Amino acid sequence: MTDVTAAPPVQKFQLPELGFLGWMSVAILVFWTFVCLFAPWLAPYPESEIIASGSAPPGNGMALGADYLGRDLLSRLIYGARLTLGLALAATVFAFVFGVVLGFVAGISGGKVDDVMSRINDAFVSFPSIMLALILVSAFGSTLWLLVTTIGFIEATRVYRIARSLAQNIMVMDFVEVSRARGESIWWILRHDILPNSFVPLSTDFGLRFTYSILLLSSLSFLGLGVQPPFADWGSMVKENMSALNYVLFYGLSAALGPVLPAICIFTVTLANNLLVDWNLSRSQKDISGELIG
Amino acid sequence: MLGQLILRRLGLGVVTLFVVSLIVFAGTEILPGDVAQAVLGQGATAETLAAYRAEMNLDRPAYERYFEWLIGLVTGDLGNSLATQRPVSDIIAPRLPKTLMLGGFAALISVPLAVGLGLYAAMRPGGWFDRSITTGSIAIVSAPEFLVATVLVLAFAIQLNILPSIARISPGDSFGDVLVALTLPVITLTAAVLAPMMRMTRSAILNVLSHPSIEMAILKGVPRSTIILKHALPNAIAPIINVIAVNLAYIIGGVLVVETIFSYSGVAKLMVDGVASRDIPVVQACAMFFCAIYVLFNLMADVVSILANPRLRHRK
Repeated sequence: MTDVTAAPPVQKFQLPELGFLGWMSVAILVFWTFVCLFAPWLAPYPESEIIASGSAPPGNGMALGADYLGRDLLSRLIYGARLTLGLALAATVFAFVFGVVLGFVAGISGGKVDDVMSRINDAFVSFPSIMLALILVSAFGSTLWLLVTTIGFIEATRVYRIARSLAQNIMVMDFVEVSRARGESIWWILRHDILPNSFVPLSTDFGLRFTYSILLLSSLSFLGLGVQPPFADWGSMVKENMSALNYVLFYGLSAALGPVLPAICIFTVTLANNLLVDWNLSRSQKDISGELIG
Repeated sequence: MLGQLILRRLGLGVVTLFVVSLIVFAGTEILPGDVAQAVLGQGATAETLAAYRAEMNLDRPAYERYFEWLIGLVTGDLGNSLATQRPVSDIIAPRLPKTLMLGGFAALISVPLAVGLGLYAAMRPGGWFDRSITTGSIAIVSAPEFLVATVLVLAFAIQLNILPSIARISPGDSFGDVLVALTLPVITLTAAVLAPMMRMTRSAILNVLSHPSIEMAILKGVPRSTIILKHALPNAIAPIINVIAVNLAYIIGGVLVVETIFSYSGVAKLMVDGVASRDIPVVQACAMFFCAIYVLFNLMADVVSILANPRLRHRK
């Protein structure tokens, strides 16, 4: 069967024109992926070994100095990358698996099923996400797995809305009607019509959700309700080293490295991510307007 | 007709609050393992646990406790704090104005600034101002609140030593003292909500500008600034107010972090401490306070869009 009746073809892959900022963003993300994968080999010291006096300045084999307890700051940043990015990525994947599956089910079935599912979802969306996170953390506590599930659940309620409306909009397209008239199963329509056509918006949303997950996790950890000691993600590193700000007057600016550097690490990842999402958005808008005009 | 529609929205808001209260209660009381154990610690004997449960009414069925709690919530009786045994309403009451003042100042500064900058950017889309604002706002959105706060404290409190790093205000303070104490927290909060509000204002205006009536005005030779202020702005008011309401709700998230960083004794700090010590009545009351504000803002956005857009009044 030829595809006169099939969905619009998905674009072929070619090296994208990212521009300087775009390639910088890719480089930053590749760099952090590398750091996460090879953390034990890159870190000069174990994560929680005390090797110097508290807030010791850089030197003596410690490129960035020591944290408030005298642990090597560089090593903690490297292991912190693993926790921050690993947990946020796991939460985002969790959010997408549940959000997209449930959203598609609601969008495709419509009617009563959709009504019930969407009303339940609305209840959770009527909370600010950090408030929901605080309630869930006070209920369940904050082990690593609970954090992933909590953040994943909160983001899933947001992904659900997008997946549902995408599925709804695609289901009323002419090519879906043709597929149906041809007698294709819902499963076939899902794989050949809905998935390819929702891939670009969903991938953009994945980038956004990843950023939100990082910020939500970091905020929780900063409030002391996320990752618990002796482990530390970047957010909890900012919190635990905050008191070092008071030493700036005596030791100079290097004392501020403890609280500032982990926050800057978070910033590099979220910035790179947001720039890529923005580039992706403007590209897809150009695609649409290009189709409309010429 | 119009009044009916608005009444229905208000009713919907009440229903939302009711559902929110259900989730808050379920999240904090039914699901967690054992409140008594969490409060009294691992060393508690079976007798003290039982006595504590009886005292706190924890041995009764959940739905009974829920309705009692709900009635208490409506009548202002919020129960006693598990940590200090004082009535929660007494603990929260002096903190409410502080948090409202912090959020209010941030809103007062960020809303006009964001709308103004967004409008100005929309006057020349693609111009240098528009491009720098767009890129700049991506950077600000990406920065976690505690990065902004830490850098501000480092610069203004420690290096220059002109502003306090701890926002402490007491009842006798003059207005000037309050302003000085709140400067850094308010700047941090403003930074958090400014960028998205500005971008959404800009795109709301640009959206209206693509309307045929605007094309007509352009063809008539009306200057661009007049088009934006006289033709586009009135039509964009509903989406802009929507944007403002949504982002003011973001302030709630920011307040949690900001009050913690600057040790500001508001409701958000109380809630964070309450979660850490599992002081459930306190967490419940604070959560309901913030969610009520959130629901209220969204409700306001709905009502204003109905008032500003006649088309929404006559839904098919």
